[in-house]
Amino acid sequence: MLYDIWTVFWRDWVVLKRRMVKFLLSRMVAPMLYLVAFGWGLGRSIDVGGGSYLDFLVPGILALNSMNISFNSIIPVHAERVYHKSLEEYIIAPICPQSFVIGKVLASVLRGLLSSAIIVGLAVLFGARFTVTPLFLLVLVLNCVIFAEIGFWAAMVIQTYEEMGQVNTYILLPMSFLCGTFFSTNALPDVLRWFIELLPLTHTSGLLRCIGSGGDGAMGSVLVLMIYAVLCFFLGNRAFLRLRR
Amino acid sequence: MMQSPMIEINSLVKRFPHKDVENRDAWKTAVDGLSLSVREGEIFGLLGPNGAGKTTTIRMLTMQTAPTEGRVFYDGKELREHERDIKRLIGVVPQHVNFDQDLTVGENMELHARLHHMGKAERRARIGELLRYVELSEVVNDRVRQLSGGMKRRLLIVRALIHRPRILFLDEPTVALDPQVRRRIWDLVRRMATDGVTVFLTTHYIEEAEALCDRVAIMNKGKLIAVGQPLELCRQMGSYTVEWDAAGTREYRFFPHRNEAADFAAKLASEEKVLVRRTNLEDVFIELTGRKEGL
Repeated sequence: MLYDIWTVFWRDWVVLKRRMVKFLLSRMVAPMLYLVAFGWGLGRSIDVGGGSYLDFLVPGILALNSMNISFNSIIPVHAERVYHKSLEEYIIAPICPQSFVIGKVLASVLRGLLSSAIIVGLAVLFGARFTVTPLFLLVLVLNCVIFAEIGFWAAMVIQTYEEMGQVNTYILLPMSFLCGTFFSTNALPDVLRWFIELLPLTHTSGLLRCIGSGGDGAMGSVLVLMIYAVLCFFLGNRAFLRLRR
Repeated sequence: MMQSPMIEINSLVKRFPHKDVENRDAWKTAVDGLSLSVREGEIFGLLGPNGAGKTTTIRMLTMQTAPTEGRVFYDGKELREHERDIKRLIGVVPQHVNFDQDLTVGENMELHARLHHMGKAERRARIGELLRYVELSEVVNDRVRQLSGGMKRRLLIVRALIHRPRILFLDEPTVALDPQVRRRIWDLVRRMATDGVTVFLTTHYIEEAEALCDRVAIMNKGKLIAVGQPLELCRQMGSYTVEWDAAGTREYRFFPHRNEAADFAAKLASEEKVLVRRTNLEDVFIELTGRKEGL
């Protein structure tokens, strides 16, 4: 099974290596804009309880960027399934179906982490202060895994490219803004906050912010992310198996 | 000598959910109780008009879609119980070009070899050998989208052969290809069979089936309606055909012997364009599947 996971990952690694420079450069644009606009510009006039807004913002940007990159990196599987039909090559191969899901998710996690590394580098250049610990990395990896799995599931069940865009519009975009990325969820009405605190990105933002500022991080939130990761894996795997019905 | 069946299909059924004319949930039967067997080393053709169920059959046999009912055995092993072992036995050439568009020719081949757990040295040697075999060595580093239609088809076939399958499935292998390329593909398929590979192909080109196949099965509306050697099927229909123009349509009659056909033709002296000839597989196909199919 490990060899099969490596094979699926190898395919994405070959493609990523070929496009590495383009990938890295394009991933710098959005975080740079966030850091300039919200960190330097708007951030100067925002009080977040003593610390700088930039320090508050960076974990949020890491959370939302790792979500977006992991999700969007796996979306081409949709074209492989619906348009190019190249997914058939994996379906008829003597490999364990879970190897395909895990290999694709890991390849997207790699992209999510590379992109996060760029943000960490830029944030340091912008003067942000935060601590990166093993738990911080674990949370980041879990966030990438969850959204890569959600992307994989969407790529397996959605029929058209337009509908894929709707997942972005109705799920990722609201989460990007509401899940404690740019402001604390404490500012929201209770009912909305209760709902938002069920979402994985809220836990990621909170954990990264807490650990990044030297705190221990709520292990309950880590557990929630792990449960999301397991559930989303089963969802994606089930959708992949159902392709053969 | 009786050869053992390499593929044995028992009462295979595939139903798909669909919406009927009144938009209610219903089931469409694409393959309806198909039973047949394919011998080791033979080239077996599955013929049928569009929508007959050929591609669905191949998709079930290659585990791309699960049968609703029925069982399939490969070399005595039941498909569902030995799925991964059977996947190692088979190679699949799809009807459409399904290469990974982000990879080069060589990378597509390598992906297939890796998916079949071939070691580095073995896969390099095999990929080189197969690309030389179909004269595609020079495009090994090109993206697949840069290849011509004929090159893509040849590449699809050799990709399916990398792991040395004992059974090769070809779904409409020469669809939309020009006659020169079609003949080259036929030569390639014959060479596979000479090397001991069992070939199972679907086609709606009758001359392709006549040129290649040891035996053919004819499907229509999901059901098997005839199976046998092309010559045998022609003999069953009547080895000689008389055709003539009548009231704006072409009419056909079949006779077991040439003299009977000639006598009948002599009585049609007043009719236009009377022709006596040998019955071919196309006559059998059209008689069995109906003249209006595909219109």
